[in-house]
Parts: sequence; C-alpha cells; structure tokens
Amino acid sequence: MEKLIFEKSVLGRKGHYLSPLDVPEIPLEKLLPAEFCRREALILPELTEGEVVRHYTQLSRLNYAVDTGFYPLGSCTMKYNPKINEDVANLPGFSRLHPYQPEESVQGALELMAKTQEYLAEIAGMDAVTLQPAAGAHGELTGILLIMAYHTSRGDFKRNKVIVPDSSHGTNPATASLAGCQIVEVPSNERGGVDLEALRAAVGEDTAALMLTNPSTLGLFENQIKEIAEIVHQAGGLLYNDGANMNAIMGYSRPGDMGFDVVHFNLHKTFSTPHGGGGPGAGPVGVKAALEPFLPKPVVRYDEQKKQYVLDEDRPRSIGRVKAFYGNFGVVVKAFTYMLMLGGEGLKEASAKAVLNANYLMKLLTEHYELPYAGPCKHEFVVTPRHTDQTGVHTLDIAKRLIDYGFHPPTIYFPLMVKEAIMIEPTETENKETLDAFAAAMAAIAKEAREAPELLQEAPHHTPVRRLDETLAARKPVLRWKE
Amino acid sequence: MAYLPHTREEEKAMLEIVGVSSTEELFRDIPSEFRLDRPLRLPEGLSEKAAWEKMQDWAGKNKHAGEYLCFRGAGAYEHYQPRAVNHLLSRGDFYTAYTPYQPEISQGTLQAIFEYQTCICELTGMDVANASHYDGATALTEAALMALDATRRNKIAVSSLVHPEYRETMGTYLRGRGAEIITLPYENGLTVGMESGLEQYITDDLAAVIIQSPNFLGSIEDLKMFADAIHGKEGLLVACVDPLSLGILESPGQLGADIVVGDGQSLGLPLSFGGPYLGFMASKEKYVRRLPGRIVGKTVDKTGREGYVLTLQAREQHIRRERAGSNICSNQALCALAATIYLALLGPEGLAEVGRQCLQKSHYTQQRLAVLPGVSVPFTAPFFKEFVVKTTEDTTSINQRLWEAGILGGLELSRFYPELENHLLLCVTEMRSREEIELLVRVWGGDR
Repeated sequence: MEKLIFEKSVLGRKGHYLSPLDVPEIPLEKLLPAEFCRREALILPELTEGEVVRHYTQLSRLNYAVDTGFYPLGSCTMKYNPKINEDVANLPGFSRLHPYQPEESVQGALELMAKTQEYLAEIAGMDAVTLQPAAGAHGELTGILLIMAYHTSRGDFKRNKVIVPDSSHGTNPATASLAGCQIVEVPSNERGGVDLEALRAAVGEDTAALMLTNPSTLGLFENQIKEIAEIVHQAGGLLYNDGANMNAIMGYSRPGDMGFDVVHFNLHKTFSTPHGGGGPGAGPVGVKAALEPFLPKPVVRYDEQKKQYVLDEDRPRSIGRVKAFYGNFGVVVKAFTYMLMLGGEGLKEASAKAVLNANYLMKLLTEHYELPYAGPCKHEFVVTPRHTDQTGVHTLDIAKRLIDYGFHPPTIYFPLMVKEAIMIEPTETENKETLDAFAAAMAAIAKEAREAPELLQEAPHHTPVRRLDETLAARKPVLRWKE
Repeated sequence: MAYLPHTREEEKAMLEIVGVSSTEELFRDIPSEFRLDRPLRLPEGLSEKAAWEKMQDWAGKNKHAGEYLCFRGAGAYEHYQPRAVNHLLSRGDFYTAYTPYQPEISQGTLQAIFEYQTCICELTGMDVANASHYDGATALTEAALMALDATRRNKIAVSSLVHPEYRETMGTYLRGRGAEIITLPYENGLTVGMESGLEQYITDDLAAVIIQSPNFLGSIEDLKMFADAIHGKEGLLVACVDPLSLGILESPGQLGADIVVGDGQSLGLPLSFGGPYLGFMASKEKYVRRLPGRIVGKTVDKTGREGYVLTLQAREQHIRRERAGSNICSNQALCALAATIYLALLGPEGLAEVGRQCLQKSHYTQQRLAVLPGVSVPFTAPFFKEFVVKTTEDTTSINQRLWEAGILGGLELSRFYPELENHLLLCVTEMRSREEIELLVRVWGGDR
C-alpha cells in the first residue's frame, strides 16, 4: 500500500507559490482580533508539486475503472465515458461562469440547460424537467416533495404513505421517510413484478405515491404497468418512476406514456457522465404538467417578452430550492454533449445494444448459474450461484474471485428479494470479446466452486490488499490520520 | 454509431445465441400500447468534430471569468487552482471509477477520501468528517437533521446571515418533517448578539443554532459566544464556514462548534455556474454514528496489511432503508479529491498565504472604494474576503458601468435583503492584482 500523503510530508516543503502581495500590507492585528486568529498549527501535507503528482498518480493506479476494464455493476450503468464530454465541460465558457453573473452573459449556459430539459422531457414523455437535483437520491427526494406539494395544494392533507415494492432501491424508502412519509412495502409476484392484489390492498385515501423502477431491479419490464397505474391513480395517488434503469428503454418506451407522473434521471448512468469514484452526478426530475408549478426554483425557461433565457424565481407554488444555485451544471454539460453526439436515433441504438448485450450475456451465464426470473431481460439481469449449500461458496466469494480474473464484480446481494443475487449490467459499450471473456471467467469460477472452493473463499489473491476486515473498521473506527 | 462496438456479423451471432431474429424482438415484452411508435424528437446525431465545434461555439455565447474581472462571491468564489489538480483529476482511474464498493480494487479512491477526511478534520478542528455531500446547502441541511435527531428536539434557530439559498434549501427539506425554524435577526453586519437580545431566542427546546462565519455579508461571527449560549441549553452549534479562511482563522472546533459544514468550492474548484461543488461535514466524535453519507475507515486485511473501506454502513439507506437518517448514497468524490490535492499542493503555509492575500486585498479594496464620493462602509465587523459598501448612486447603474468595462461588481444585496437597498457585497481574492483593483475604483468613480 501507498503511505498516506501526511506520512510523506516534510516540514517546510512547498508545492505551490503565489505571486507576492502587491497591495500595501496592513498589520494582521489591525484587521483581525486575536481571538479570531488560528492558534493551533494547521497540519496539512508539505510536499513539492512533483511529490504530490507522484502520490496521487500512484493512488490512481490502485483503482479499477471503466477506462481500465469491464464494470458490470447492475443498476449502475457503467458505460464508457466519452472523452469529449470532459473537454467540453472544461471549456472556460462553461467552467468559469459565476452563478450570479448577469443573465444576458450566460445565455449559452441557460439555453443549454433549457435544451437538456427539453430533450430529457421528450425521452421520458414528461412535460417539464428540473436540473437542480445533484444525484439520483436527491432527485427522488425532489420528486416525493413535488408529489406531496401537489396533494396538499388540492387540500388533500391525509396522503402520507408511499408504497414501494420489495425489489426497490434502498433510497426509495429512505427518501420517502426523509420527506415525512410512512412506507408501505408490497411483495413481488412470482414473475418479479408487483403483486397486484397486494397493491390493491395497500392503496387508499392515504396513498401519496407508488415508487416503482421500470424496468425493475431484476431487469424485467413491468408489463402490468397499466393496471398498476390505474390502481394507484384511482386511489388518488401518483406514480413515481425511479429512472435508474432508463438505459434499457430510450426511444422504445417512455415512463410518461406508461402513466408515471414523476421520473428522475441519472445523468451519470444513462447519459454517460463519469461516476468520479462516487460523484458528482446529477439527478434531474421530470414531471407531468399538473406538477410543473411546484418545481424547485429557479426554473430555466425562455422568456418571450425579454427575448432571452431566464432564471425564473417568481414561482409562488414552488417547493423551494433543493440545493444552492442551479444543479450540477458541469455534469449537465457532459450529458448534453452526449445527447448531441448520439441524437435521438443513437440513444435508441444505445438502448437496443444494452439490451442485446444483457440478453446475450444472460444466455451464456445460464449454463452455469440459476436464473431466478426468466427473461427476456432488458439492460440487466439477476443470476444466483448453484449448490451454495454443498460448495459453501457464496455470492461474495464469486465476486471476489472475479477480481482475480481481471473483472470488476457485479452488484451483489441486491435486489434483496433474491437470495445470493448477482446483478449484472453489461451496458452497450462493451464488445462481444469482453462479454465472452467474462462468461468464460464465470464458468471457470463455477467449476472452481465445485472443485476448489477455497480458491474462491480466499479470493482475491493478487490485489494490493486482500479481503479487509470490515467488522474491525466499524467496531473501532479510525476515520482520520493522526500523528 | 458512436461508442458501440457491434459489427453486423457480431450482432447476428449474438442474436443467434440469444435465440431471436432481431434486437427488436427483445422489446416485445413491452405492451404495444406503451411502445413508442415514432422516433424521439431530438436532433440528429453529430460527428465528434461537429459536436466539438458546436460546443465551443456554445461556450462562446457566455462571458466567462477569464474575460471579465470577478469581484463577486456570495457562495461561489474564484480562486486559483494549480494546474496539477486538473491533470490528476483527469486520470481515468479516478474519474471513471464507481463508488468504492470493492475495496480490494478501490484503494486509490478510498485512501484519497481518508486523506480528505483528515484535511477536513484538521481545518475545522473536528474529530470526524464524512466523505462529502452535494454542496454547502445540503450539508448544512443534513447537519440540521442530524441535530434534530441527536437532541430529539424539533426546533432550529438559523442566523439570517446564513447564505439565503442554504436557508431555503433547509426549509424545503425540513418542511416534510414538520420541524420549526426560527430566524435570528442581524445588526451591524452580524447575527444578533448577547447585548442585543440573543438570549430570548436561545430556548431549551432548540436542537441547534446555525451560524455562518464569515457570514453572508462577509463579517466574521463570534462563534464562541453562540457556542456558549446554546450549550447552556444543551443544544448544538452548527457552524458553516469557508474552509479557505481556516488557514488563518481559528478553527470552529476550538470555538465550540459541534458540527461544522460548508462548501469546499473555495478550495480551487471551478465556478462552473454553481456546480458541481463540494459539501463538507465534520463533527465531534460523539456524533459519528449520526453522520450521514459515506465514511471511509482504516482497517487491515487478513494478512495484516493496512487498507481502507467504506465503514459504519449500518447508518445508511441500503441497510436501514426507511430508518436511515438520510437518503444520500453518493458523495462528491472527485470534488473532494480536487480539494485534497489543492490542500496538499498549498500546504499549511500556502493556504495561510492565500488567506492573508484575500484579507489584505479585500481590505485594500474596501479602503480605496470608501474614499469615493457617495460610497460608505455600513458595517464595522472584521471580515475575511467579502465586505459590504453602501452607495448613494443606484447600485444597478454602478454595476452596469463596471460590466461595460469588463468588471463583475458586487452582488446587489436587495436581491436577498430588501432592507439593504443600495448595498453591494464585494469579494476580493488572491486572484485580483492591485492594478485590477485600481481599475475597479476608477471605473466605479466614473473615470475610464
């Protein structure tokens, strides 16, 4: 392992030099009372630029990344991140705009945001979009707050329950709870879809919304969506679509047409912006017209009178802001560039190939793994290992062994309703050779599980660190370096 | 099609193995009434060259901070980012990695976050920090939620001089949960103090007092006074700070804060029209299990080698679902990395030097402006890099004059504080030279 940068620090080294102060200096004590001045020495690394660059370059080499290999994380859509996106976002005309500079000097930025809103609305079949939320979970919260604002604006104050299927992302119930709602979980049916009887029993005059991921976290299209929408709408509730799986259906089907009232997008999944090791992403939200008045402010729109794009703050029914300024603009620029390059046809082609890759890989894997829910799948699928009780090998072991074969493991133990779940999303940008090689590794691992299970249980073998003691980390937390 | 590898032959071979005759067949499970029967109404795709040219033109429709002199802050600051930062961020191993769920192949991101957490603890004087938040506004909001949970109280007092957009964000989040928010008034550029009736607001049902320092008007608040007042009622002090100021200003931890938040954009991150930025959050040790979001911890592998993992995950949404304290499931890892590299390059002395230059240059600018006819200094509290001037001339016409000369002047405070008509909030960082400051003064005074 690499030493911490603090451990490499040598008192007195510097990595950056400023221009000398060029205004007459006033003694510090005349500007700041002593009690406001830092007394304890500040410990930060002290190194040259070369040393800092070498340190972080070394750290970067300890990472697995989309640029280095196949990353089949289910529900995460780890597609290739085009390089042009980065260069565009770094153009000073985008990266060096102050959020409070005059509107007429940021017409390009506002037009880009308005166009992004328009394109996303078209892709999802929605009437209006806000770009303010910074991530998928942030979009979910915005969406549920919008739904609550819609209900209360109609004098309907008793709707405080949000229904989620047992296959939902953990953020769904956590979001609803953060918005002050109670959670009702409904089970899935034998096809992995929503159990309609359970849903009928769950809805009522206290139903605020149903949060649904379609295609589901099993990678299956919910073909009862019409009935589901009817049940929820008849009870007076609204339908929220977790758009994490939008990569399966662009140009093929639109949540708005299926009856969804609100949807969030993950620009860092479907629209190719990089994940950055955990962020920044962006989670725009699309809504039907009835919810438009409640969108977070300011709203970006073209003003016919002013003949220019504006940030409209005059939104009396808005739920308010969900963050400072206007969203993760730099991420929006990347997603916009992606849409511009692919066009409508290209986006549809991306979904087509994402689904083809998933079905192809699923077919290859079902020779050696169980498929708890039969396909055809959409952009992802879930398999489980065979004979875990006999081999003593579990999903975690398979995941870790994949690392030895040079692959990033899939999402594991999710969705919760499938025991030992391995959730695989290959994305459209992977070639057939990679899928074949991954399938071959999975086959070899299935064989090893029977013949040499310890190989899996001890995996990974060749990484800078082996399996780490997470219990120790949580029991005796060491969360920072100290001298 | 761009980025897609499939040749026609490969597609055919794959379809054969899947057992269908066309890719379209794989979409037959979508009921026909929900299948889109027309192309998406988006423009036709472009070649990379065409897209690059178009986006360059598009960027050119904006006027950026390289084309004007920025004297505006208000939560978004122009500081110098050493060139090495973006070179390191541009390494695909960093920016194309996912959240480090598989620690064996994510030690780079994990160790960088551990270093980031250490930097934040050092700057703020806190014991623990999380791996970051969306931005300062959401970090402040989550701190309020944390304080409500920790104290089991239902009321928050927030200074009227906390960034107005941060307060609005908190209001949006807290509405659902029905918590009460009271706003502390201000006078002379500072949140109301003991001598002007702070006590009446500090009641024993308060979960926390939230103070920003330097506050929205630029003044440095007496954090210790607020800490003493709220601790007397067993509530918490949440301090919202500019991390760049902490090279020279006392850490909020030393002054009694329990939770410290803020936006790390000032640590050399690009303005980027307001995002992505970097929310940071740190607290005293006793609240560690209430911190929202990702946290990285140190541990060992089975051979005894040290390494890093995401830890204390029992707090989080993927385990606790509706019982989680927050729904957050990401952080601003790449922005946190940028801030860490910035701090590593500057070191304690460099950060203090940036702070001193901000302090000196902003004071110099204030003094130079104050001698102009019609310009006065309404507040006398100490400030760091932002300050307020009051003018007899209409602020819009001053800013118009400056803008025409290529200068972005101060923020018109009446936008957020109607009572502060004809008040401008200016920001002067190490970026501005004396010559540029003199140009501001000349144009302001009506002399080109």
